[in-house]
Amino acid sequence: MSESSLTREQKIELYYWMCLTRIFDDMMVAYWKQGKGLGGTFSQRGHEAISVGSAYALEPDDVVAPMHRDLGCYLLRGITPRRIFANLLGKATGVSRGRDANLHGMGDLNHNIIGYISHLPQSLPVTVGVAMSFRYRNEPRVAMTYVGDGSSSAGLFHESLNLASVHKAPVVVIVENNQYAYSTPLHQQMNIQDIAIRAAGYGIPGVVVDGNDVEAVYAATKEAVDRARRGEGPTLIECKTMRMLGHAIHDGAEYVPRELLAEWEAKNPVLRFEQRLLAEGLVDQAEIDEIRQRCQVEVADAIEFAEQSPYPDPETLEEGVYAP
Amino acid sequence: MTYLAAIREALQEEMRRDPNVLILGEDVGGTFGGAFKVTQGFAEEFGDRRVMNMPLAELAFVSAATGMALMGLRPVVEIQFADFITTAFDSIVQFAATNYYRWQAPVPWVIRAPADGGIRSGPFHSQNPEAWFVHTPGLKVVAPGTPADAKGLLIAAIRDNNPVIYLESKTLYRSLKGPVPAGEYVVPIGQARLAREGEHLSIITYGTQLRESLAAAERLAQEGIEAEVLDLRTLKPLDREAILQTVRKTGKILIVHSANRLAGVGAELAAQIAEDAFEWLDAPIRRLGGADTPIPFSPPLEDAYRPDAEKIYRLARELAAY
Ligand SMILES: Cc1ncc(C[n+]2csc(CCOP(=O)(O)OP(=O)(O)O)c2C)c(N)n1
Repeated sequence: MSESSLTREQKIELYYWMCLTRIFDDMMVAYWKQGKGLGGTFSQRGHEAISVGSAYALEPDDVVAPMHRDLGCYLLRGITPRRIFANLLGKATGVSRGRDANLHGMGDLNHNIIGYISHLPQSLPVTVGVAMSFRYRNEPRVAMTYVGDGSSSAGLFHESLNLASVHKAPVVVIVENNQYAYSTPLHQQMNIQDIAIRAAGYGIPGVVVDGNDVEAVYAATKEAVDRARRGEGPTLIECKTMRMLGHAIHDGAEYVPRELLAEWEAKNPVLRFEQRLLAEGLVDQAEIDEIRQRCQVEVADAIEFAEQSPYPDPETLEEGVYAP
Repeated sequence: MTYLAAIREALQEEMRRDPNVLILGEDVGGTFGGAFKVTQGFAEEFGDRRVMNMPLAELAFVSAATGMALMGLRPVVEIQFADFITTAFDSIVQFAATNYYRWQAPVPWVIRAPADGGIRSGPFHSQNPEAWFVHTPGLKVVAPGTPADAKGLLIAAIRDNNPVIYLESKTLYRSLKGPVPAGEYVVPIGQARLAREGEHLSIITYGTQLRESLAAAERLAQEGIEAEVLDLRTLKPLDREAILQTVRKTGKILIVHSANRLAGVGAELAAQIAEDAFEWLDAPIRRLGGADTPIPFSPPLEDAYRPDAEKIYRLARELAAY
């Protein structure tokens, strides 16, 4: 599965997005730990390969509805680190103009991104509707969304996949199976190991992928996207990974066995891809360092921009509730 | 004792007293004890059989609680944030609320829903959903504003044979302390409490805004304005007599709640007062509540959105001068 038809340039691009995502996340977590953040925030550490690899398989015209651990997807689709960090700090220059917290409300149709819906997994049926509109208008576009292992327990998950299947909606559903929903381990969430097997119940393909291997995620998503674009309907892709930090910033995740984390740290998706690129001779250490450096500068700039941005004017409280 | 500790104590005591009482919700069990740690240590004492982690599926587990309640159990359901109660709305308002009316089988569950904002948690984690439930026949709705009431009302709710929506203030969880009677302490559902006596005007409130209203009343007192503060404690059924009494006493009414003002509980109160006590009013009824917007995240916006002691003080002063 990890064989993909990516060129050297594309692989380096993928690495850049993963690196940017990781560094943004690291600096964000450090920022909150220093007590400078506002409200709560979610780390996506460990999810880089999923959010970047899957989003990379989309065309600009395709629509995506990310969730709270898909920072890489937002970045890759063109929401700048500046706008995201400003959103985290509740500033007027943030994506939601200070209206919504953390990665919630980070939608922008200019980038074909549907803002995240906190009530899990309501982004899923909305994405199915997006896909149905493509079919209705005969547009060769695809919609994609993400759900967690936890959110895949909700009735809506089942209703949505059934609906998508019946209507052959061009939709790709990525399940980010990171083994914990807040504190709840998989075995208290469901009685199956592979969520992908549920696809059989809806008559659609279900695929299991190594969620820490960006090329594997890309390849599986690309196949599903192509399939959807050909008019053959939805695919369920389960990416296996591990949530490396707590549910949100305040959560120390003491309930997660340390050995499990150590086991997954060895599969660190960013490092692993970096090592593969080096081993394949596609990059040298100098290039890696240069990319990292570039990402660091970008994120530092975003933080500075966010810090210096103004808060929204309280006089504007009642503005923006209705579309003109 | 903190507001949170009072909730915890009520749950603990009721579980020890009655083996039919059990807890279900996301992350409530094991060593975790819920997103706000209300049930921390419970699984140790009562076992996973009585403190059950639920999959992320509110509609399913709230409906399951209804099934359990029909079999004589007394499930206490924790909704992680009150906002997510909408996911189970269907089963609450259609089935659980109307069940006794339709075929006389009681549904004695309690849903604990951490409500309210003020802690920068954005539109999806700050809502006050009481009006939806007050509008629904067959439910009872309580909203404690003190640690003592948090305990007493929860015990009453658990013992009540009807579905009770217990709205707790996550704003107050750790920030509000107060005396809590030890052991069995029941605050009857449906009784308001005069939290402060006064002559010049009445502030009618509940939940988080009780603290803000009392703070405003303190400030008013320094200026010689004595505000009476009526804490409703129960929103459904309303304590009509206590409301009328304070209207007859002061003739000036300010209603305060955190939820959106438009069509909120305050609107119903104002209508009832206008209908039943018009001749005692010395001024137009005033209301403070949230703006007609989603609850914003950014501090200046959220502060502009919410009532607080300062806003209550200003409006009360105007009203007193009317
Ligand atoms: C309907 C609903 N109930 C509860 C929550 C609170 N909540 C937020 S994230 C979360 C766990 C989600 O787990 P999962 O879907 O596996 O995603 P992960 O956070 O692990 O990436 C919960 C319970 C919610 N957002 N929506």
